[in-house]
Amino acid sequence: MSTETLAAGLETALPTTLFRFATAGSVDDGKSTLVGRLLHDSKAILADTLDAVARTSADRGFGGEKGGIDLALLTDGLRAEREQGITIDVAYRYFATDRRSFILADCPGHVQYTKNTVTGASTADAVVVLIDARKGVLEQTRRHLSVLQLLRVAHVIVAVNKIDLVDFSEQVFRDIEADVQKVARELGLGSDGVADLLVVPVSALDGDNVVDRSERTPWYTGPALLEVLETLPAADELEAELESFRFPVQLVIRPQGALAPDAVAAGLDVEAYRDYRAYAGQITEGSVKVGDEVSVISPGHEPRTTTVIGIDFAGQSLDEAAAPQSVAVRLADEIDIARGDTIAAAGTVRESTADLYASLAWLSPKPLREGQKVLVKHGTRTVQALVRNVTGKLDLATFNVEPASNLELNDIGHAQLRLSAPLPLENYLHHRRTGAFLVIDPNDGNTLAAGLVKDHPGDHEDERYVI
Amino acid sequence: MSTQTTSEDLELNQLQSEAEESAAAWRASRSGHGGSSAERLSSLDTLESEAIHIIREVVAEFEKPALLFSGGKDSVVMLHLATKAFWPGKVPFPVLHVDTGHNFPEVIDFRDRTVERLGLKLVVGSVQEFIDRGELAERADGTRNPLQTVPLLDAIQHNKFDAVFGGGRRDEDKARAKERILSLRDEFGQWDPRNQRPELWNLYNGRHTVGQHVRAFPISNWTELDIWRYIERENIELPSLYYAHEREVFARDGMWRAVGEVSQPLPNEDVITKLVRYRTVGDMSCTGAVESDARTVADVVVEVAASTLTERGATRADDRISEAAMEDRKKDGYF
Repeated sequence: MSTETLAAGLETALPTTLFRFATAGSVDDGKSTLVGRLLHDSKAILADTLDAVARTSADRGFGGEKGGIDLALLTDGLRAEREQGITIDVAYRYFATDRRSFILADCPGHVQYTKNTVTGASTADAVVVLIDARKGVLEQTRRHLSVLQLLRVAHVIVAVNKIDLVDFSEQVFRDIEADVQKVARELGLGSDGVADLLVVPVSALDGDNVVDRSERTPWYTGPALLEVLETLPAADELEAELESFRFPVQLVIRPQGALAPDAVAAGLDVEAYRDYRAYAGQITEGSVKVGDEVSVISPGHEPRTTTVIGIDFAGQSLDEAAAPQSVAVRLADEIDIARGDTIAAAGTVRESTADLYASLAWLSPKPLREGQKVLVKHGTRTVQALVRNVTGKLDLATFNVEPASNLELNDIGHAQLRLSAPLPLENYLHHRRTGAFLVIDPNDGNTLAAGLVKDHPGDHEDERYVI
Repeated sequence: MSTQTTSEDLELNQLQSEAEESAAAWRASRSGHGGSSAERLSSLDTLESEAIHIIREVVAEFEKPALLFSGGKDSVVMLHLATKAFWPGKVPFPVLHVDTGHNFPEVIDFRDRTVERLGLKLVVGSVQEFIDRGELAERADGTRNPLQTVPLLDAIQHNKFDAVFGGGRRDEDKARAKERILSLRDEFGQWDPRNQRPELWNLYNGRHTVGQHVRAFPISNWTELDIWRYIERENIELPSLYYAHEREVFARDGMWRAVGEVSQPLPNEDVITKLVRYRTVGDMSCTGAVESDARTVADVVVEVAASTLTERGATRADDRISEAAMEDRKKDGYF
């Protein structure tokens, strides 16, 4: 390709949008091979990396006499992982097509699967769950799907891999597809408008239905995996469309004369900016316009209403901004606002509460006990909390909530916590950002759990959901 | 019917058309064909917003952050993002340069001009001083990149920095692919990849105990091409050696090495003048140039997009030493 053609191609390709997805499954399901295939076929692998992989493949005799490249090696990570033949941790990969830039969170299945899947899925627009066509739906598949439903991942794609090893049998695929649908129904996944579910037959090894549709599965008329990933709406796009503007304040920008010398050199009016004061943060959902009425939510105050008089971004004055933009907002009234406060569309936030009902995905080897003191990080505020009681634990075999008094590593359960200060908590079902929080160990600072705000008992809204 | 259009009418019309537009965009995005790209943030805008969010979180939650600044393109982009995050205020932290003593003069010049322009405090950790005091030994191969760890940790400890921003990107290396955005380091600066905190949503947990510090990587999710597109879009100045120029070079280990004080050809290595540029900037004795005629940022974007070699594979002798070179250095406290 000549430089000119390429330059022209780049010109038309811009701007691309960002799409984040995660893969869940184990090495045995061919996950590494699938990830390697996506990277390889989308030409994200450069020649020196490919050479190294080809050499190692040959050294290990991969593919027998006819040879071949072990695509799984492309995702080989740390020395410790190579030595033990396992994947320890979520690894992030990057590739791009003409339409999108992709961030792939590659979540290992064997070790600490819940921790890794929760981590990868928390930022994912979509998750690809791998199933080995020869094995069908396993307990691990149920676990993965339950975590995805818990986190309300918007798009779930089940890739039935190794379809070549079952002779591209439609029957095998349809049986697995029916099993997946059954599990999804039990979980409420895909049926409530929260998530959509797609099942795709693939061969990661040969590339069938990964980047291009395969001729060897004529009975499958749906899109190839990459086509799906290129066209699904990203969570950011959906969140920007929400009506409820939410803006947790990260810090107050108030230079008080300490203006940036480069801005002053570029002609910034020093007098005009002497008393500049703006609230910096990232819009977590919805959008805001200059002139909008907003409520300021701070602990110990009734919500205070004021008007947005400016939206600044590094010297530009914006008329409007939407999630997930990072901006600085100026308000009409001088209100005492600090980090941890939330600016929201006027009248759209419920009263703050110190009683937190939540689902918890427990990610620490230290179990959760009733009566334990923890920290809760919600938005830009961290408060102390007391674990009042654990109200149940999800049995992943039956999806029933069983009684429990503690939660252990990889458990998903329900708990009630009392906070040291009221927070503007919102149901995670409707607010993926302001409904999420971290549980932190006050002693060593480690993250103990991923928390998802539930409605208080008595608000019946989410009763139809198991988790 | 009035012939005069009132301002309310205009406003109403405008509101209606806005509502129709946003509804159309919504339908387009739901139908899976993507709305018009003008309505949505580009991938660069999304990455920029994420990075600024992280920079502000660290400044809000830590006592004394600093930014690693080498004059290399990733650290220049980091500093640019910091200026945007706190505009119209000054960048509220110092920059830290770990100086190998094997510098390209134009990079040191660029560093000093940048610090001056932004009114920043510069802290320098000097590899040379450690060698002079006998606390570090020169390596047989003359490379000083791996020697930066000790002065780095020393500077962090002496200045009581509790958070250090780095320009590390996950696409650079397979060890970096597993790095967190906020990465906890113990008293010895060590990275424990088996024991990392899960990083959930956009909630970053920077809690640490006395003696520990955190490395923050706000541009973790950027690729080399993203960096160059951003430099182009934002019109960011870089040291001149990132662009094609004539230079005296000699071939070693399959790379073009510049002739300089610390980088002398052996008798069997012929010196020739070539049109080259650098894809990374590091220790002059181990950083190679690539043949290139990309004289402008637009040329570089095209070149990087078409490149068939990774930036470290093409230009860093120290990363070629073993498959786990970066992993080993990171565990010891490297950037």
